[in-house]
Amino acid sequence: MNKILTSKWTKVVVFLLCLVPLGLLVWRIVHAVFQGLPFDTYLTGNPIEFITHRTGDWTLRFLVITLAITPLRKILRMPQLIRFRRMLGLFAFFYGCLHFGTWIGLDKFFDWADMWKDVHKRPFITLGFIGFVLLVPLALTSTAGWIRRLGGKRWQLLHRAIYVTAVLGVIHYYWLVKSDVRKPVAYGFLVGILLAWRFAAWVVERRKRPAASAVRRPERTSPESA
Amino acid sequence: MLVKRAPDLTYADVTPKAFYMGRRNLLLGLLVTTGAVAAWKKLPGLLGGPGTGSVPVKLSGVIKGPYNTDEKITPESTVTTYNNYYEFGTDKNDPSQNAKNFQASPWSVSVEGEVAKPRKFTMDEILKLAPLEERIYRHRCVEAWSIVVPWIGYSFNTIAKLVQPTPKARYVAFESYYDPRQMPWGSGSGIQLPYVEGLRLDEAMNPLALLCVGMYGETLPNQDGAPVRMVIPWKYGFKSIKSLVKIRFVKDQPPTTWNLYASNEYGFYSNVNPNVDHPRWSQAKERRLGEFFKRPTLMFNGYSDQVASLYAGMDLRKNF
Repeated sequence: MNKILTSKWTKVVVFLLCLVPLGLLVWRIVHAVFQGLPFDTYLTGNPIEFITHRTGDWTLRFLVITLAITPLRKILRMPQLIRFRRMLGLFAFFYGCLHFGTWIGLDKFFDWADMWKDVHKRPFITLGFIGFVLLVPLALTSTAGWIRRLGGKRWQLLHRAIYVTAVLGVIHYYWLVKSDVRKPVAYGFLVGILLAWRFAAWVVERRKRPAASAVRRPERTSPESA
Repeated sequence: MLVKRAPDLTYADVTPKAFYMGRRNLLLGLLVTTGAVAAWKKLPGLLGGPGTGSVPVKLSGVIKGPYNTDEKITPESTVTTYNNYYEFGTDKNDPSQNAKNFQASPWSVSVEGEVAKPRKFTMDEILKLAPLEERIYRHRCVEAWSIVVPWIGYSFNTIAKLVQPTPKARYVAFESYYDPRQMPWGSGSGIQLPYVEGLRLDEAMNPLALLCVGMYGETLPNQDGAPVRMVIPWKYGFKSIKSLVKIRFVKDQPPTTWNLYASNEYGFYSNVNPNVDHPRWSQAKERRLGEFFKRPTLMFNGYSDQVASLYAGMDLRKNF
């Protein structure tokens, strides 16, 4: 198991797996275009909505998967899982870009005034927008160079923004649906568990530390325990 | 001497069922005679059991109706695969999958309440009450998409005139069929079922309000509300109740499903109105399915000439 996790090929495989949802979507689009109008067989009667929902779904899924890495590596005692965290987080950002891009280019067709109005006026869009914007600095500072430049502790603090994005993403979805809230609630449940685990771990660690104020805490430089 | 009261079953009560049974036998006979090769090809469909095959059939004698739009008709494949019919699931493509085995016959619609002549109409009777008209209407969903559909039916007021509403009747309440065994998806939809809707009496009597039994030249597919539904083209789509089983003429404004779910989001009137937004999204524009660019939404969905007078003097922001 350890060998598999540390093999460089595993990373390639995970990378390719992460592209499967995009591949399937492109496959549908290509088929639809070849078949001609109406696109309903492959993209439903409302292709723009379909693409928006698919990419949005995968953004949320990758946020959940990324947030699951730390608890899993602790619970399963598989520290090597950390190798995949950055890539998964970047895929969450990638699908978020596709989702946001679909809204800009297909749904709103670059009507900036209209989009700005929506961001202001429609709470679910406001939250989605904030959630996405918060991911931008995380994606930009995802390299080893930036970890060094910021210092592990500050980097870690910054990257906790993903907690906010995940919560905003869930509410964004919840406020979009009409009455069937089962899917957004399921995402909310997962995000809730993953954040609760972190809180619990934090409490436990604090208790373990004898008289935290007396003993100078060792400076943590590794970002790996976020 | 054997004294026996005449059974209070009428001719109308018996025939349709027999007719339907007969029709099914006829269909079966046709299938059998299409030969071994054809039967082999149809095998998957036949394996679906006796319930399978409420397939739309052609409606004959349909005349051109009034109020037809000359806008491009939405492809039938879109209208039969992109549906909001929460009893069969909440994803747009759920109803076309899950309603396949729905039993839309035998069927009857009960008309009751504040009427002089309450009565139950069998589906066969409904199909013969008046000449069937093709009405090509715009249909605007509250979710800001729209379609153009060639519905088949006749004005709802045909039925109303037959049962003769009393002066007490001020509203009409509609109820959909709901059978949790045939529609197990309904329980997870988040809305209260059976689905109920309502109109003010004068709205219901407006000739635009259509009692609809078909579309695209055929009977209604299950996912589009078979076998009989309402179509209220100047209101958001959810007002056009599907698979209608009960019509009640009543004194007071009846409860309506989406209004019960969220009264701040879905009003009783729910007239298409580009100036009054849904609290969570804009209603100013709509996406006509099959088109890339959104188009502006029209007041009363473009039926102002026919219906604006119904709301004269009303604050449509309040009565949304």
